[in-house]
Amino acid sequence: MLDISELEDAGTKVAGVYCLLAPVELIRAAGAIPVSLCGKKQKPIAEAERVLPSSLCPLIKSSYGYAITDTCPYFSASDFLIAETTCDGKKKMYELLGRIKPLHLMHLPYSANEPHALQFWHREILRLGSFVEELTGQKIDIDHLRFQIAIHNSIRRLVRRISRFQAAERVPISGLDMMTVMESKSFWVYPEKYLDLLREFISEMEDIAESGFSPFAPDVPRVLLTGCPIGKGSEKVLRLTEECGGAVVCMENCTGVKGLDLLVDEDASDPFMALARRYLQIPCSCMTPNLGRLNLLDRLIDEYRVDGVIDLTLQYCHTYSIESRLVGDFVENGRGLSFLHLETDYSDSDVERLRTRIEAFLEMAGSHSSAQRNSPAMRSGFEPG
Amino acid sequence: MKSVLNDETIAGIDIGSRSIELAVLKPDGLFHQSKTPTAFDPVGQCRKLVDGLIGCRVIATGYGRRLFAESFRELDVSVITEIQAYALGTRFLCPEAKTVLDIGGQDTKVISLSETGKVLKFEMNDRCAAGTGKFLEFMATALQVPLESFGNFALRSDRRIRINSMCTVFAESEATSLMARGESPENIAMGLHMGIVQRTAAMLRRVGVSAPLAFAGGVAHNPCVIKLLEEELGQAIIVPEDPDMVGAIGAALYGRNGRVF
Repeated sequence: MLDISELEDAGTKVAGVYCLLAPVELIRAAGAIPVSLCGKKQKPIAEAERVLPSSLCPLIKSSYGYAITDTCPYFSASDFLIAETTCDGKKKMYELLGRIKPLHLMHLPYSANEPHALQFWHREILRLGSFVEELTGQKIDIDHLRFQIAIHNSIRRLVRRISRFQAAERVPISGLDMMTVMESKSFWVYPEKYLDLLREFISEMEDIAESGFSPFAPDVPRVLLTGCPIGKGSEKVLRLTEECGGAVVCMENCTGVKGLDLLVDEDASDPFMALARRYLQIPCSCMTPNLGRLNLLDRLIDEYRVDGVIDLTLQYCHTYSIESRLVGDFVENGRGLSFLHLETDYSDSDVERLRTRIEAFLEMAGSHSSAQRNSPAMRSGFEPG
Repeated sequence: MKSVLNDETIAGIDIGSRSIELAVLKPDGLFHQSKTPTAFDPVGQCRKLVDGLIGCRVIATGYGRRLFAESFRELDVSVITEIQAYALGTRFLCPEAKTVLDIGGQDTKVISLSETGKVLKFEMNDRCAAGTGKFLEFMATALQVPLESFGNFALRSDRRIRINSMCTVFAESEATSLMARGESPENIAMGLHMGIVQRTAAMLRRVGVSAPLAFAGGVAHNPCVIKLLEEELGQAIIVPEDPDMVGAIGAALYGRNGRVF
């Protein structure tokens, strides 16, 4: 994780961001460093509930709780905040958060397919640019923006490459360790330093892969985790899955590979429009329809040779909870794989209940896996290396 | 029991929130079964049940399965989930069943079985124990009726009233206000049973009810729940002879690698 002093040393403005939809290239091009803000632990929720209704998703409550208790170092270090209207709960919470620090809210169109949605989102990108320019006092230089676009594309390619090592028959590292690596992509100051770190990690992964080491048994059920974002502090389901004898080989969520295959067109004449195009393609459940998510899941199931899919939704997250039915139908009927929908929050009160479900799911996925893997009907898109 | 045990003997133990069941299988069939309340000392209660099972292979299931494995290291213990145990037990006791409903002390489970008896899909109630055996027990106590006769008590109702709350605390206050309005305890009991069945039927429909449905777990002793479920689903339900033994028998069968007798 990022050292706060590194932010201070950089001497530039810090933009606190909450979501994958924040166009970080633009924020950097306007002279600010984006950092992801905390919102994944139970601790500040009690304080947040003094203001927010308790029947709200834990992510929103936790984010707000961290802010008002001033216990997230990245929030403290932030000069301003960038938020998006990804759900009703968040957008209304941001009205309260805006009383604490300058906050810019990006309004999202809820469809990626309508041409006027793109036009609208393009205007929102420009509006964000003006906001950041005003707070940093630095104008966006088009060449610098293009440079930032190229850097972020490189980062996405490298992180994606790291994630692909988990597709091997012998899974080189645990899903829990991979989550930590994936989370690092929202916490860096100097691009070259971060790119070097990623390259270094790739060579380490190559060594592990070559040695044939794996923390898992050879016949481990391979699980894809999808749904709401998780991270350090809310990794309960990931941890339980691996404790119960499964391997989380891939995460299709905001912490995981969602969005990593979407690159910004580096040659586009209007880089702002190129950003708009890329960000609007992120398959978030706030979009309707959100077919991109099913397409991505379809690809990842092949790529990571998945035996079963766990869809984790947070309590009161309506978009992901409702979409779970579509995901379940697709996984079970479209792909013939085991599927488990888990609804939880950040507390530990349901750990044993979750454990029973996950164990039963792994018993199911495990007993089906060998038959499925040998089936000629199973599409195989995996090419080693 | 000790003298007649041998290598072919396998025990299944189901440590639930309210009761613990033990089933011992020998190559020629079910050799022994027993049951005890979980009370406040599950390990002590288990010890009473497994006394004499030295050197025997034990498969533990139920929410106390891990505790059992940790506490009885002298035994050869493996653990499986209740889902798998109930699937196996039902397959053995009611081979024709396609769907399993288990309502225990704090869990409700619905399991959909394949032609070969494998788990295709399952659903469990969330963190709240509303609509489970605990709910019935609490309500029976509130109406001062012994739990064992609560179902028959409800069947004596002359009017069906709807009780909307499924939260134990809210349902009790709803029952209290009905009593204050002069509603008979039998009718209130019926309303509470209807609530449980509505909730259970919704869970069954989420998984999909393929007939026939086998009903297991302690609540399957309750004739009112059975009757209302049959009405709600429009089909006859199979209840095994000892519905609360299904998990323990299934666990023991797991130890035989699917070989029945």
